[in-house]
Amino acid sequence: MLTMTGVCALVAVSVLFFVLGYLVYHGGTSINWNFFTKLPAPVGESGGGLANAILGSAKLLLLASFVGVPIGFFGAIYLAEFSGGTIAFVVRYAADLLNGVPSIVIGIFAYSLVVHPFKHYSTLAGGFALGLMMIPITLRSTEEFLRAVPNALREAAMALGASKWKTIATVIVPAAYRGILTAILLAFARVAGETAPLLFTALGNQFWSPGWEQPTASLPVMIFTYAVAPYDDWHRQAWAAGLVLLGLILVINIVARAILSRGIAVPRT
Amino acid sequence: MKKIAGMLLVVLALAGVLWADSALSITGAGATFPYPMYSKWFDEYHKKNTGLLINYQSIGSGGGIKQVTEGTVDFGATDGPMNDDQLKAFQDKHGFAILHFPTVLGADVPTYNITGVDANLNFTPEALAGIFLGKITKWNDPAIASVNKDVKLPAEDIVVVHRAESSGTSYIWTDYLSKVSEEWKGKVGKGAAVNWPVGLGGKGNEGVTGTIKNTPNSIGYVELIYAEANKIPYGNVKNAAGIFVKASLAAVSAAAAGAAKEMPDDFRVSITNAPGKASYPISSFTWLLIPEKFSDATKRDAIKGFLKWALADGQSYAENLSYAKLPKEVVAKEVKAINKIQ
Amino acid sequence: MATTTSTVPSAGPVAGSRSFLSRLREGDEIARIITSLFAASVVLITLLLVFELWQGSVLPRHKFGFNFFRTSVWDPIFDQFGALPFIYGTVVTAAVSLLIAVPLGIGAAIFLAELAPARVSDALEFFIDLLAAVPSVIYGLLGVFIVIPLMRQYIQPALKHSFGFLPLFQGPAYGVGFLTAGIVLAIMVIPYIISVSREVLLSVPRDQREAALSLGATRWESTWKVVVPFARTGIFGSIFLALARALGETMAVTMVIGNTPVISTSLFSPGYSIAAVIANEFTEATGDLYTQSLIELGLVLFLLTFILNGVARLLIVATSQRGSGLG
Repeated sequence: MLTMTGVCALVAVSVLFFVLGYLVYHGGTSINWNFFTKLPAPVGESGGGLANAILGSAKLLLLASFVGVPIGFFGAIYLAEFSGGTIAFVVRYAADLLNGVPSIVIGIFAYSLVVHPFKHYSTLAGGFALGLMMIPITLRSTEEFLRAVPNALREAAMALGASKWKTIATVIVPAAYRGILTAILLAFARVAGETAPLLFTALGNQFWSPGWEQPTASLPVMIFTYAVAPYDDWHRQAWAAGLVLLGLILVINIVARAILSRGIAVPRT
Repeated sequence: MKKIAGMLLVVLALAGVLWADSALSITGAGATFPYPMYSKWFDEYHKKNTGLLINYQSIGSGGGIKQVTEGTVDFGATDGPMNDDQLKAFQDKHGFAILHFPTVLGADVPTYNITGVDANLNFTPEALAGIFLGKITKWNDPAIASVNKDVKLPAEDIVVVHRAESSGTSYIWTDYLSKVSEEWKGKVGKGAAVNWPVGLGGKGNEGVTGTIKNTPNSIGYVELIYAEANKIPYGNVKNAAGIFVKASLAAVSAAAAGAAKEMPDDFRVSITNAPGKASYPISSFTWLLIPEKFSDATKRDAIKGFLKWALADGQSYAENLSYAKLPKEVVAKEVKAINKIQ
Repeated sequence: MATTTSTVPSAGPVAGSRSFLSRLREGDEIARIITSLFAASVVLITLLLVFELWQGSVLPRHKFGFNFFRTSVWDPIFDQFGALPFIYGTVVTAAVSLLIAVPLGIGAAIFLAELAPARVSDALEFFIDLLAAVPSVIYGLLGVFIVIPLMRQYIQPALKHSFGFLPLFQGPAYGVGFLTAGIVLAIMVIPYIISVSREVLLSVPRDQREAALSLGATRWESTWKVVVPFARTGIFGSIFLALARALGETMAVTMVIGNTPVISTSLFSPGYSIAAVIANEFTEATGDLYTQSLIELGLVLFLLTFILNGVARLLIVATSQRGSGLG
């Protein structure tokens, strides 16, 4: 019986290696310079790339960070340093609720809030949708790391006459910065691969997307579009894009955990 | 602090670079039927007008109609013309009309993947209706076998593939079936998104082609270029004159010949099951949906410029992609209609 | 910093011992207000989301009422919208995925928590967390190119051959369908079951194990008959969590389920899920009733995941409290 459980664990982990291996094999053989530099070719012609999707994803994630990180970070400061019990409970509950919302429903929400009233699909709408998904992760994790900073530090700062916000800015946040960075990175990695919310917000674009108010291509959506199409050239590009995307996400995850495992920068007394 | 300042500078620089590209960008969405044509057109037109980006997303005709009505895209595209209710909805919402502009002619072909069969099968209207109604379930059914005497058809189940979403290609297909089968007309009807009696759903012409390619003993309907480009066999269909015709540029143009002479002013016309010995019965125009008024003069002029190009130079790209050029009479009428756009 | 105030600032969140003006002067009140606004925005966004879902589905709610959940016809031409096929597909694929993922996941969690040496356990957990980070569309990609052909060529025919007498395994082997979607979903939810169950098992106090062992139980008996039952509620919590995830999955499902609104007893049949139909039809739903019916489906999905997540959290918290209470 005991060995059965070991087998289960082995099966679970080997799936990961299989996923990675297959992607590396298929994606690796498809990645070429064109992929990173060229725009998609007209339908049926080969030689195109996904340069616009890569830039599009970068822009979307940048926007998402502008939405998700401030709300998560400052909201967490409020929860950890300023608020009382009930309000904290309500905010946390709302954040957990938001976290559990399926990404397609977030897409509907972003469509009704940003696309419909302003009458066009845009990078802004896509970034907003992704940012919404970043909020709960950033908020809860940052709050935990802020709380983990020992009270001794707070009291010491207070004793030296620092005001509350100064304490937070110069003592507490720096003490928790590893954890906060990890939280942001993990939230980032989570939304980097999201496809569903982008379907009705950023739509897609076969060219570069100028500025922020036009629809834009993005890696996850292109993977979806290319995978279900019949063209072999598109399939190759879908694998390549999958490899790039997964590579990015895994690297961020590993880096985040590495930062965290070096310990929270608080000297132990 | 310095790190944050540094990051901020990078961000601003990035933003500056991205803002600098101030090309005029127009967004359209709609039919997947003409997508290979449009993607080529917009690519070529962009090369001639580098300051203009026409971004076309193939999400299906239904999507095109909806989004242009909502106003979330600048123009739409459909292979199933908007019906009177939809036209009224647009008019009510915007206060001006939406115009149809045919761009090319194409064909819905019955394409299939039968193990061991490479030949071009013959399909009668009754056979097609029966298959899609779910009444003909095996490939070696007499309705199919009787007109394909020299092909060995397997005794396998037919896997029907149709469009999962609202589609002009579906509109053309169901329009045809409604004309040739009373049972289809009553039970399912014609439309861009119907209640399919049987079958798997694929997304876009691309998805249906992909599904057929991967599923043995399947049959579906796609635009001609999708079957040709992916080298999957497609069948001949018996036309109104009783002749089995394979979809081709000539056959599609023959189907459009009658309509060309009697094209209505709003360009909405159906040419399925057209008369004539050489006509391919499941042909259709495909339309761009352009609003009558534009609040942005540069966009308006850009679109008018594109339309004029598409009706002239653009037509020369059509045949390479297996779309038939528009008849001369239709082009002449459209050029006049472009002036309606204000 | 030189003392500029005459009162000693307090350390707690309730700064009642200083005057409002002094707090204002020191910027604390502003900091409090600003950060509270950000926190409030989280609540506002969530409320707004629920409101939009509710408002955005008013037409079908009034027209169909509860019949929305009982009708299985989804006909945009005749304006008939029934959610039953989508609810069915969502539930069936989730059930299949749990049937596969729960035994595997709990087994793996037991291994990691009880049997593996700490370093192996941590290393494997690291990899399993990475599995949880893989985006849905990548699973979809693998589903389309690996799982579907596998299903069509080997697994479905084999199942049909051995178990074809059951209505579950009848019908043509398309490759896509409920079973395929269930399998892909199982791969996606296993990491959640493993990590949460592992944590819950680890939090079971040592005395429980030691007591069982001292009474003569074998390693396995102590694990299976004492530790696991103790952590039972938390493990159920992990299952609910996985279920919530499976219900809301969009991309991987829509790429392998066949996108056909049918209700069938066969697992080989193509089907549809709530998330998949919204993804496929939302941008093209012409007419308010159509669009709003899709939004109502979104509302249903939201409510389902909301309830499941809530229950999951309660169960997991209950176990850890139980564990620490008796520690």
